[in-house]
Amino acid sequence: MFEVRIHGRGGQGVVTAAELLSVAAFVEGRHAQAFPSFGSERTGAPVVAFCRIDDREIRTREPVMRPDALIVQDPTLLHQVSVFEGLSSDGYLLINSGRDFAGLGLGEFLAGFRPERLLVVPASQFAMTRLRRPVPNAALLGGFAALSGLVSLDSVIAAIRQRFHGPVADGNAAAATDAFDFVRAEMRELSDAASD
Amino acid sequence: MLRQIEGSRAVAETVALCRPEVICAYPISPQTHIVEALSGLVKDGSLHPCEFVNVESEFAAMSVAIGASATGARAYTATASQGLLYMTEAIYNASGLGLPIVMTVANRAIGAPINIWNDHSDAMSQRDCGWIQLYARTNQEAADLHVQAFRIAEELSLPVMVCMDGFVLTHAVERVDLPTQDQVDAFLPPYEPRQVLDPADPVSIGAMVGPEAFTEVRYLAHEKQMQALELIPTVAAEFAQAFGRDSGGLVHPYRTEGADTIVVALGSVLGTIADVVDELRDEGVSIGALGITSFRPFPLDAVRAALSGAKRVVVLERALAVGIGGIVSANVRMALSGLLLHGYTVIAGLGGRTITKVSLRNLFAEAIADALEPLTFLDLDRSLVDRELARMAERRRSGPTAENMLRDVGPIAARVR
Repeated sequence: MFEVRIHGRGGQGVVTAAELLSVAAFVEGRHAQAFPSFGSERTGAPVVAFCRIDDREIRTREPVMRPDALIVQDPTLLHQVSVFEGLSSDGYLLINSGRDFAGLGLGEFLAGFRPERLLVVPASQFAMTRLRRPVPNAALLGGFAALSGLVSLDSVIAAIRQRFHGPVADGNAAAATDAFDFVRAEMRELSDAASD
Repeated sequence: MLRQIEGSRAVAETVALCRPEVICAYPISPQTHIVEALSGLVKDGSLHPCEFVNVESEFAAMSVAIGASATGARAYTATASQGLLYMTEAIYNASGLGLPIVMTVANRAIGAPINIWNDHSDAMSQRDCGWIQLYARTNQEAADLHVQAFRIAEELSLPVMVCMDGFVLTHAVERVDLPTQDQVDAFLPPYEPRQVLDPADPVSIGAMVGPEAFTEVRYLAHEKQMQALELIPTVAAEFAQAFGRDSGGLVHPYRTEGADTIVVALGSVLGTIADVVDELRDEGVSIGALGITSFRPFPLDAVRAALSGAKRVVVLERALAVGIGGIVSANVRMALSGLLLHGYTVIAGLGGRTITKVSLRNLFAEAIADALEPLTFLDLDRSLVDRELARMAERRRSGPTAENMLRDVGPIAARVR
């Protein structure tokens, strides 16, 4: 079983992101379970959503406490919310930001993690370009597909097109592709640097 | 057709396939997505003919359902928590009049303190209202139970509550195999009412009954529930044949064969429990689980049969009978009358408190060591209680309890759960 936790703020499509990821996995014939951390939802308030993916029926209903991957939609949460709770040093981490880990104040914290599993992607920027709205969720899923290989970009786009229609679907699909390409390029750079 | 779908949406689409003719609803979390989706299906014409009635309260919702059902219409509504309490008087009338209304209860705690999260306090408070109560383990079962509920309700002329865990199921997106219209039509014949309010053939429904026959009318209600004990498994078996799925029925034993310890529970927590049972079985621990699907009627014989070989029974319940402890436990013990085994009541998951696998493992270990208190509150923060007790002992005007305790807990936005 692969467990993903998504952190963001009310209005950023955190719950939708978990749902889209589960649909992407479903499209690939896998079992998936997405659910929000339920609360009194308010725009801007910290929100957490979960997604589990497995090849067999998922029965547990507990929240994801030891995630295999973490997606952070809003970097202002990094030092306010215990986002890293339960993340092991071989976990995946994708943060939406235009800065690098050092710039986010995480350089030291992430020293023991596997660098090829950690990335920052300017997902809000991609969303602004493609949708004219800073809603980074779909873009991050494109980036996550590239980083983790858990689902394909095609499946993420299929999930986006099931949920949205018209220009919103096109914009989100384009932003997801941008993020996918960005992460691919970053990973190539990282592995080139490692092999040098 | 297999869909990756929100639980509420799956239930709404399945209810629509049951061709309800009147749906009345008043919004309350976590039920709202269900009737919202149904209102959309009525509006866009995909559920037709059906009248969707927006009412001014839950009391009105159940009253409209009663009126609709009495005129021979297939009637549906959904509610939760305080909404269920607010319609209580009408709920008793629906069952007393023998009207086969189907209602989803998206289980949620009852205030005060106000709490929107999941537990079974709402449905458990109505366990003796004369309705059949079925509890879903998964969203698949929640959807399937509605098809079965209309069949059971209409065959017996008794209303049925389908209880599904609020948020945990209603807001979870997972794989659900939704039936086709043809499949549901073949399984669920058109409603043939036993009594109809019809201007062309006038009757009155709801006579006042004095001591001369009240006991007999009430006894008949009990007898109908006893008939339901026969009908519920029959309908589940027919459903399994038609749809290929094991949904509904009275109870669901899981790895209980030869189990020394059996955990009894209702609803979605059975999934987490099944995972823990598997882990423990792999470690050689003799443990199983019993899911109770039909809480009313309560399947005394089936429960007794499933538990009679065990040495101890742990009843994990998501509601609290203040002043005594367990509600499900009291019923389970009735089923175990005369059997000498250890019985433990565990109150867990109140008001949305997460029931984790770690906590369950520790709990079951304690039970197996027979070190558990007869009544245990899972993951109770005793120090939080003690601090408030100390304040109350210290001075008369100690202030509002909920506010005091929240202040002790501190900010929670930073937490993952």
